[in-house]
Amino acid sequence: MEALSTSNVNLSREKLVEMYRTMVKIRLFEEKVFELYAQNLVPGTIHLYTGQEAVAVGVCSALRKDDYITSTHRGHGHCIAKGADVKRIMAEILGKRTGYCKGKGGSMHIADFSIGILGATGVVGAGIPIAAGAGLSIKLRKTDQVVACFFGDGAANQGTFHEGINMAAIWSLPVIFVCENNLYAMGTRVSTVMRIENVAERATAYGIPGVVVDGNDVLAVYEATFKAAERARRGEGPTLIECKTYRHRGHSRVDPARYRPKEEVEAWLAKDPIRRFRDKLLKSGVLTEAEIQQIERETAAEIEETVRFAMESPYPTPEEALEDVYA
Amino acid sequence: MRRITYREALREALREEMRRDPTVFLLGEDIGRNWGGAFKVTEGLAEEFGDERVRDTPISESAIIGVTVGAAITGMRPVAEIMFGDLTALAMDQIANQAAKLRYMFGGQAKVPLVIRTPFGGGVNIAAHHSQCLEAWFMHIPGLHVAVPSTPYDAKGLLKTAIRGDNPVVFCEHKLLYPVEGEVPEEEYTIPFGVADVKREGSDVTVVATLYMVHKALKAAETLAKEGISVEVVDPRTLTPLDKKAIINSVKKTGRLVVVSEDCKTAGVTAEIAAMVAEEAIDYLDAPIRRVAEPDTPIPFSPPLEQYVIPDEKAIIRAVKEIV
Repeated sequence: MEALSTSNVNLSREKLVEMYRTMVKIRLFEEKVFELYAQNLVPGTIHLYTGQEAVAVGVCSALRKDDYITSTHRGHGHCIAKGADVKRIMAEILGKRTGYCKGKGGSMHIADFSIGILGATGVVGAGIPIAAGAGLSIKLRKTDQVVACFFGDGAANQGTFHEGINMAAIWSLPVIFVCENNLYAMGTRVSTVMRIENVAERATAYGIPGVVVDGNDVLAVYEATFKAAERARRGEGPTLIECKTYRHRGHSRVDPARYRPKEEVEAWLAKDPIRRFRDKLLKSGVLTEAEIQQIERETAAEIEETVRFAMESPYPTPEEALEDVYA
Repeated sequence: MRRITYREALREALREEMRRDPTVFLLGEDIGRNWGGAFKVTEGLAEEFGDERVRDTPISESAIIGVTVGAAITGMRPVAEIMFGDLTALAMDQIANQAAKLRYMFGGQAKVPLVIRTPFGGGVNIAAHHSQCLEAWFMHIPGLHVAVPSTPYDAKGLLKTAIRGDNPVVFCEHKLLYPVEGEVPEEEYTIPFGVADVKREGSDVTVVATLYMVHKALKAAETLAKEGISVEVVDPRTLTPLDKKAIINSVKKTGRLVVVSEDCKTAGVTAEIAAMVAEEAIDYLDAPIRRVAEPDTPIPFSPPLEQYVIPDEKAIIRAVKEIV
């Protein structure tokens, strides 16, 4: 394993601002979803990405538009970071026909194939071999795309983790396996289900690089992903990147997360990825306080617009339940 | 017409589709040049198409199908081989929750053009982990197509349709059928899904059967013909979609139905077909429906035990005589 500093990242102002804006967008979007849920407007359940924004944005900012991602039940952030239309995500979360999946998928199954979002799976770890398959497809089609495969610490104990990463490794497939280790799989603390400190150590078993990064540092995530993507595009195979991070809220909407020690929560809240990036941008003069406030205002307005769009959108007609089973 | 085996017919379909379409590729355990597939279906294909397109995999059924799904939704047409049908259990999430559901869950955005070829069936004394017929599992999952070819002709035509289609197909083969010969034309043809084939015309009783049971039903029909009972044997060829019309039309003609399948009786292929006819065509029935199926046991090893549980010609004859 190699340690990563963020000193090597040299990004344009435009790119940095875009990354910041996207992180804010994810945060405000998720807070809005939570608010709508509290008003009983969201059917089913939700798994919020709040607190992990640096991972999705760091990873997706290092990808091209034609690269692929696979996502998870906690996937809104991944999709927003890859460039999905927040209006259509919100409409899907509310079960509306204008949503990405015409109301058939909901919060856990957002997909946008036109920008490489191969969809979010509700089965923990199921996306890992699917990402490897997209990698195999790239290899056979001889393009230089890459796949970023998001999954959590919980998925690292699924058989699909072993089978999928091994297959990607032996065939040198262009896949970046991104483990978002937020320390808990639902209420199960990762240290009680894994005898090693880092998921990334498992990379050794597959003969691929394993990297641990500060998942609350968007530039560290970006750099690790960029390196992994370059390596993948060169045909040198997959990388396992473990991003240490923390979800600000519970596992799902019913979870107050009482199993997490107060001091732990406070320590992680102090490492809020958005605040850290904002401080960095202010300190380095990339953004001024006024510009930051403007970004927040604009983004908040954009999110309000998503709510209006989603609320005003029609539900699907019941018979639409029978469509799309077969091609 | 020339005669080739079921195995050769499958191989021809794979070869022709791989020549025709560069996005078609094969993957599975030991399907490559060292072995040519446990049942030799892919023998010689790695030599023609290379190891990239005839890809040996680790023993990782879940990832074999997961990789197949990932390749299918990004522009390829993969054909996976699962060495024994029983082992689809290891890949069931990827088959039932991913391959089958992605299109629907994503509101029609995804196309999942993949084929999972796998041999089912007993009769070769390899016990409970290598002998089951599990077609009904896949009939129960919306989003999957299920093909059950009983002859070399059907095997080739259906496999080509499966590969060219845009839906995930569980392509059920039968171990005892691989060496069976039949007529297969040299020229190009495909067989559409959802179109049954009347394998033998008759007027007294309809026997619906699939896979190897078609051959047992035909033998039973031959024997019964000598006793003056005219049996019509209908082979659905695909269980999903199911050609209900052909089955009902035959029942309208004969007024009697026996459904034969090698899978377990409870909640199995025979249950579904019998229920469908009871629901949609009971007025045409002159006698109760009879089912001939495996008696809800695992498949045992020892020859007398195995022969006892797998339906045979005698069981079919007995069932026919009960209602004629």
